[in-house]
Amino acid sequence: MKLEVHKLDAFYGRAQILFGVTLKVAAGEALALLGRNGAGKSTMLRAILGLVAARRGRVVLDGRDISGMATGRIVRRGLGWVPEDRRIFTDLSVEENLEIGRQPPRAGVPHWTVERLFSLFPNLAEVRRRPAGQISGGEQQMLTISRTLMGNPCVIMLDEPSEGLAPLIVERMAVAVTEMKREGLGVLLAEQNLTFSRAVSDRATIIEKGRIRFEGTLECLLADEAVARAYLAV
Amino acid sequence: MDFLVIQFLNGLASASALFLVACGLSIIFGVMRIVNFAHGSFYMLGAYIAYTLAGPLMDWMPGGFWLALPLAALAVAMIGALVEITLLRRIYRSPELFQLLATFGIVLIVQDLVLILWGPQDRLGPRAPGLEGAVNILGSPFPAYDLLLIGLGPLVLLGLTLLFRRTRWGVRVRAATQDREMVEALGIRQDRLFTAVFILGAFLAGLGGAVQLPRAAVHHAMDLEIIVETFVVVVVGGLGSVAGAYLAAVLLGVLNAFGIVVFPQISLVLAFLVMAVVLVVRPLGLLGRPEAASRSTTGLWDTPIRPMARGRRDIVFVLALVLAVLPVFAGSYLLTVFSEVMIFALFACSLHFLMGVGGMGSFGHAAYFGLGAYGAALAMTQLGLPMEAAAFAGPVLAAAGALVFGWFCVRLTGVYLAMLTLAFAQITWAIAFQWDSVTGGDNGILGVWPSAWATSAAAFYYLTLLVAGGGILLLRQFVFAPFGMGLRACRDSPLRADAIGIDRAAHQRLAFVVAGAFAGIAGSLYAFLKGSVFPDVLAIPLSVDGLVMVLLGGLQTLTGPVVGAAVYKVMRVFLASWTDYWRLIIGIVIIALVVAFPRGIVGYIQQRIAPLLDRPEGDQPKAGPP
Repeated sequence: MKLEVHKLDAFYGRAQILFGVTLKVAAGEALALLGRNGAGKSTMLRAILGLVAARRGRVVLDGRDISGMATGRIVRRGLGWVPEDRRIFTDLSVEENLEIGRQPPRAGVPHWTVERLFSLFPNLAEVRRRPAGQISGGEQQMLTISRTLMGNPCVIMLDEPSEGLAPLIVERMAVAVTEMKREGLGVLLAEQNLTFSRAVSDRATIIEKGRIRFEGTLECLLADEAVARAYLAV
Repeated sequence: MDFLVIQFLNGLASASALFLVACGLSIIFGVMRIVNFAHGSFYMLGAYIAYTLAGPLMDWMPGGFWLALPLAALAVAMIGALVEITLLRRIYRSPELFQLLATFGIVLIVQDLVLILWGPQDRLGPRAPGLEGAVNILGSPFPAYDLLLIGLGPLVLLGLTLLFRRTRWGVRVRAATQDREMVEALGIRQDRLFTAVFILGAFLAGLGGAVQLPRAAVHHAMDLEIIVETFVVVVVGGLGSVAGAYLAAVLLGVLNAFGIVVFPQISLVLAFLVMAVVLVVRPLGLLGRPEAASRSTTGLWDTPIRPMARGRRDIVFVLALVLAVLPVFAGSYLLTVFSEVMIFALFACSLHFLMGVGGMGSFGHAAYFGLGAYGAALAMTQLGLPMEAAAFAGPVLAAAGALVFGWFCVRLTGVYLAMLTLAFAQITWAIAFQWDSVTGGDNGILGVWPSAWATSAAAFYYLTLLVAGGGILLLRQFVFAPFGMGLRACRDSPLRADAIGIDRAAHQRLAFVVAGAFAGIAGSLYAFLKGSVFPDVLAIPLSVDGLVMVLLGGLQTLTGPVVGAAVYKVMRVFLASWTDYWRLIIGIVIIALVVAFPRGIVGYIQQRIAPLLDRPEGDQPKAGPP
């Protein structure tokens, strides 16, 4: 297993947000973390990455325990995170944004270069010198994924990468996720968009009010209308 | 015409040193979000170290002087590294105001170290070899060295621009200025970045101090002098913007050069007027950008302010009884000390009302204390009113000042708001200092004595106990009144407060007036306690004292400011009678407290000790956060 999360609790102040969440992501596999707004998907990713200071439970990355580590160290161990609100550095050019994400190559992990990422997302190559605040929303989403890939992660966590994007760009995202899986990355995908999740993920976990409600393949989930309606329908 | 040119060049020359210090402060704030009060201390150390190095180095080799300046800056950079690694690194996760408090601890320590190492007298450095003379510009002599300084500013600006645009490290600094959490989430070593940024900032400040050596005497009040000007430059230019800092330094340098000639009386006020005007027109400064919203989840406000529990009310009651019978045992010296402590407790509570309850940091709360003191003193000496009537004039004047200042301040938030309060306090101070005919200037107002019935130490003690104690209790009532609830709502979530129809500006303006009035009460009591008023009651050190008291006690409790004021004031009175170097010790104590109690003394008791006492009463959550 590339990423194992065991009984993770997380708190904001005194409020408990996650209750004993457990999940696993294998190499070359995408796990969809589904759930409504406020179910705890983003908190889950943030807690795994160590951005939520008050947390309990065990997180193992590529066989090594990373529970309780500081965010920077976790990232340097090979966990990539693409935040929901993109958080690109608007004053920096596209190339400088990629530069910020650069980490040394890691043994046994796919190595990404600027040129390789430009061939994955050709739109970015055309705007490489432009300030990142002046590129389109779709290009910004490509940039934030590319920036994280520059760190050569072995597991990547994507927080709603399809949100607010045109269908053509969503297709581009699906191609990119498939490419990451083919390279052997573990992908943890927090999503609300069932169509996109279905296109790229192998298994799904449903989270509601901070607890796991369902685990299984996407086929199972889609076959069981009751589950989908209970936890996903708006 | 030639006179104008010379004054313009004078302005540019003084702008250069100011820019060096200001851009360091600005870069540090941009990346680390620390308002580094100790930046003025780095500047002062740069000057003193350059002074010490210049002599021996000039004897040793011909160009020694020119070596002394960068060496002094490097030495200061190393001191900066030491401060960052041993102190600031421990408190990154503390609230920003505590980091500010820690840097103020460094200011105090450096002030005394400078006195110990270099003594209290002014030190005159050598003239710059080869540039001793004057150059003839349009028929007027102009110091050659100042021409060099004029060139230094743009040169440093260019160097920094290249550093931030062309190097990998510089790109990281720019990224961290925008969103440092994201920079960490991309695996960059934040601790190294912070240390390096702090070293760069300290180096620039040290260089700024060192290059002053041939121009002016080195003295031990340089630190606070420059830090105030630096705050103005940084805020006018826009926090985090290097180019903005240069623009603002030039603007203020030149304005000051002309101001001194045209209106010498208001030269001190001028810089602050510029700042006030700029902030009102462009709230983020000339070239400032909106701060990325703070994403930290470790907010200060996770424990709401609650009325005092019954058990603790008993403690307060017992304490009040002890205070009430104190005159039976205590001599007049002790009673005077206690009176002063209670006055400052009220002052700290009024500041806490603005900061803790209103969420508006104030670096210039002395303004209202001082207005209260001057109001009472002037009513007595100019209008001939007795104490009973004059005492009301103080709070009225303070509240009027707070109404005017608050009207401008509530248009801003965060550090900008805090800096503007500092500016207004400095304007008030400058008026009291320079308006000789009314305020007596530096000589102050004497003969502000209480009425006959209150002249004994015990009588005045009871008067203070009644007024200050009553004031503190009344302020508490405000916190739980609908007005206080609305104010706290605006503090915690401006958007939601707006959405339910709370008039934020009106609440915050009223908070200024309330806080100002209570600080004014404290100020007028202080005037009668001392029998005199000097411009000190309006000056920065008093504002900082207030901050220290509030933060020491803890921002998120109502008891905090009282405890903080008592601890700080007693410590100071005790230390001042025991040693000349009380600043050194208080600085160390402040730093130790900040590291040990990042939530203040009362905050610590509430969080760590009170739960142990409360447990028998039950209803503890089953599983709290780890």
